Amino acid sequence: MSDEIQSLSAVAAVAAIADGGLSREEIFAHYRSRAGADELNAFTWVAEQAPAQIEGPLGGVPVAVKDLFCTEGIPSQAGSKILAGYRPPYTATAVANLEAAGAPLLGKTNQDEFAMGSSNENSAYGPVLNPWDKTRVPGGSSGGSAAAVAGGLAPWALGTDTGGSIRQPASLCGVVGLKPTYGAVSRYGMIAFASSLDSAGPLTRDVSDAALFYRHLVGKDSADATSVAFPESIEIPTAERLDGITLAVPTALVDGDGVEPGVRASFEASLETARQLGATVTSCEIPSAAHALSAYYVIAPAEASSNLSRFDGVRYGLRRDESNLDAMYTETRHDGFGDEVKRRILIGTYALSSGYYDAYYGRAQRVRTVVAKELAEVFAGADFIVTPTSPTVAFGLGARTADPLSMYLSDLFTIPMSLAGTPAISIPSGLSEGLPVGLQICGPAFSENRILSAAYALEQAIGFNGSAAWGAKR
Amino acid sequence: MTEVDLEPVIGLEIHVQLRTATKMFCGCALGFGEPPNTRTCPVCLGLPGALPVANAEAIHYGLMIGMALESTLASVSTFHRKNYFYPDLPKGYQISQFDLPLCSGGRLGEVNIHRVHLEEDAAKLNHAGASGRIEGADSSIVDFNRGGTPLAEIVTEPELRSAEQAGEWLRLLRTTLRTLGVSDVNMEEGSLRCDANISLRPVGSEQLGTKTELKNMNSFRFIERGIRAEVERQRALIEAGESVTQETLHFDPKSESITSLRSKEEAHDYRYFPEPDLPPIVITEAMLERAKAALPELPQAREQRYIEHLSLSPESARLFAWRAELAEYFDSVCASAESLKPQIAANWVTELQGRLGDQEAEDSKVSPAALSQLASLVEASTITQGSAKQILDELVANGGEPSEIVAAQGLEAVGGADELAPIVAAALEANPELTARLREGDMKPIGVIIGEVMKETRGRADGKEVTALVREQLGLS
Amino acid sequence: MIDRDELLHVARLARLALHEDELDSTAAELSTILEHVAAIKELDLDDVEPTAHIGDVSDSLRDDSVATSLPVEVALAPAPAVRDDGFLVPSPQGE
Ligand SMILES: [Mg+2]
Ligand SMILES: [Zn+2]
Repeated sequence: MSDEIQSLSAVAAVAAIADGGLSREEIFAHYRSRAGADELNAFTWVAEQAPAQIEGPLGGVPVAVKDLFCTEGIPSQAGSKILAGYRPPYTATAVANLEAAGAPLLGKTNQDEFAMGSSNENSAYGPVLNPWDKTRVPGGSSGGSAAAVAGGLAPWALGTDTGGSIRQPASLCGVVGLKPTYGAVSRYGMIAFASSLDSAGPLTRDVSDAALFYRHLVGKDSADATSVAFPESIEIPTAERLDGITLAVPTALVDGDGVEPGVRASFEASLETARQLGATVTSCEIPSAAHALSAYYVIAPAEASSNLSRFDGVRYGLRRDESNLDAMYTETRHDGFGDEVKRRILIGTYALSSGYYDAYYGRAQRVRTVVAKELAEVFAGADFIVTPTSPTVAFGLGARTADPLSMYLSDLFTIPMSLAGTPAISIPSGLSEGLPVGLQICGPAFSENRILSAAYALEQAIGFNGSAAWGAKR
Repeated sequence: MTEVDLEPVIGLEIHVQLRTATKMFCGCALGFGEPPNTRTCPVCLGLPGALPVANAEAIHYGLMIGMALESTLASVSTFHRKNYFYPDLPKGYQISQFDLPLCSGGRLGEVNIHRVHLEEDAAKLNHAGASGRIEGADSSIVDFNRGGTPLAEIVTEPELRSAEQAGEWLRLLRTTLRTLGVSDVNMEEGSLRCDANISLRPVGSEQLGTKTELKNMNSFRFIERGIRAEVERQRALIEAGESVTQETLHFDPKSESITSLRSKEEAHDYRYFPEPDLPPIVITEAMLERAKAALPELPQAREQRYIEHLSLSPESARLFAWRAELAEYFDSVCASAESLKPQIAANWVTELQGRLGDQEAEDSKVSPAALSQLASLVEASTITQGSAKQILDELVANGGEPSEIVAAQGLEAVGGADELAPIVAAALEANPELTARLREGDMKPIGVIIGEVMKETRGRADGKEVTALVREQLGLS
Repeated sequence: MIDRDELLHVARLARLALHEDELDSTAAELSTILEHVAAIKELDLDDVEPTAHIGDVSDSLRDDSVATSLPVEVALAPAPAVRDDGFLVPSPQGE
């Protein structure tokens, strides 16, 4: 029975529960025990039991939730020491939406501290291990969510993406990750990293699971002024062809240094598969993509420096040195935040400070305008932009921690879409040296249905088998 | 140094708490004296993950204020974050407005408005003294009930020239806001707070001197006294050849002393940037129409109407119009008796106000209906002016109905030839010498005769009528 | 690119203590990052409007209707120090 449950995709599990072949108690117990025996350090908290009453179209298939989301009465620590043991008095809208749709909370997943990182090594609760190779990182910052799904510890998971934090770990762990159109999913209760970039989305085993999950995630939330109603309902994709679809490859970007040969080979193979499915592959330019990275590493830290000011030792979280107010502020924040968070706070504060605002933050916002315009120009002539999700496969634990900048470069392909607020999906495109490679498919705002549809067609044709990681073996 | 005349240059920054039902960015009801921290939620406590959503009614009130102050209203207005650390500021930043305030420019009375913007109020920090919990440190307790209350910050151009002018203008502003119904404008309770920027410059100079900021004065009297004290302090410095330092000051009304709040050693760098959690607010035609429709008659319009339509003297018109409560009281007096001439009603309201001192007419024991009745009794010659003033004293002290007081004390005027003529005749008869002089056209002794008649009637006779009867009885034309 | 004094000033604004042994390494790391992002300084962006918000949100305002507040004990529960139903902090200097 256990192997059978484990082999079910979330969509299949929902169907099995609807048919009566599987009970919600069984599936919860199964994943509860898997998550409880977590050897990947993917979870920071696991539920004891399912809530007594859970009704809805998701049938009781439990969900793992990134610790960046507030969950009432349940530790919500955002990977940070400064929030150790913090139990919020309210639940994030995204989590509440999933629960209301019938997906009970399985556990909270580990992450880079305040979502700042691309390897999950910036967690106060220890690094997460990649289920494909435990000496390697799962990517980040939603590394716990990606690893939990890839490792079969959860049927599906909620993550967040600010500059690639869903897509990159999805790529490194061989799962599907969807970064939504900015505003499509409520940010209320999601601990803010960079407010104008943050988005919440699914990490799932396959594209159909992502579509079903996403259907219940979207919606206008009156508690989030930046949220918008999704203009249509999210469909479970069925098309197996890509006839009439044009894929645009930002050639200069993809051909740049730093893209591993194995990643390039897998990407080329995906393009060939797309052609065979009837798609046209063209080349495009995103001239400011390299500057997008710089702009991102100004905007995100700037907003973060302000968002993280609330961690001051007054109302919740860690407090150090009460000898006077200044000491309390500065030592609390010194001890509570990890190195990467401190670096970004300092960079962001610098970029916003008087005398530097125009040169850094102001200019970065203009670059943002340019990037959005360039993407829109591509979308005027093509349905999607495709790139590898990450230039590399999962790298070794500790390999990049000494050089923050090299870590930043792993977000090169994901950041333009973050700046433009447009949706993108990462699906597994194959293996390189036994490790998953991700394919990123990006479309204009609110094109999620079309992205999911194209991703599904490619997924079916690629036939990636993730069970090496999530198979019942333990 | 040569003696030059120095003139004060004063600009005011007024923070007005708006009278919405809920806070600026969350659904907590506004707090007024509730137990501490009972009006909070994730948003106004700045909990991780919470997001602000702007209160539409606060925007509406902001537009009404802008219209009343003849400001240019933004078509798109944005919020910014003003970043600094303080225990009363839960997020480490205040959501305020920066380069696109809701209202720009404008004018009220003789003073130009620089801008009006919306922001959130800070929480309340109560000093707790040395604490057992926090060893060795002086401690404070934060109450977040007030945190997040919507504020309109009104900034004037530096055009005021004296403490008195600042005080008077502030009263006009207060009345305007009160009339708009957008705030309780109660200085003692902190719903209207005023800071003043003060500098001195040689008369005729266009350049501004170094200014100081006088913080949070919580009554009109303190504002005037504080500004006066600061102007004198700066004058003394300049006349002694010293220079004024730019700093934030506190005026202690008890000692009349001015102390520095923050030294400039740590310059502020608020790192303003657009609040990413709040999309720009687009001011729609519908919002403007709604604000326009909600505008009541404002003090200056009322002043004009009193002069033009009710023929009040300019002094009475301004006195009433600039004090909304008094204007409403006056309007009620007029409404209580249609036949009463507004100028007469105005005289009686002024008469009443003179007896009340600091108390508002509406809070006195004299109802508008009673005052109106009193005035009407005089107009109908049922009682004399003198009796009416006695009755007014009685009303101020104990309240009541003028007609009942008249009946109870027998104060009806003694009038008409039937009743008064014999009394006048008796008075003339009793004073033959004066009567003789009167007969020769020397009218000086008439006062004595009137006095006699008044004594006889206990003041219930009308002086004019007595004079007329004297003339008639002595055959004078 | 960023020297010790500047770093200390920024750390002060951010209310982040930097201990003596952290200063040089932090300044070096920040300088590397700042040098990289400084590439945007070379772009000609004079005619480009800044983007602060993505997307068009027209109905972003809230009705002025009262929602339930948190019970005081819930609000205070996560606080490091509490007294008299309030959050206890060291007093700001000079107030
Ligand atoms: Mg202000
Ligand atoms: Zn609140």
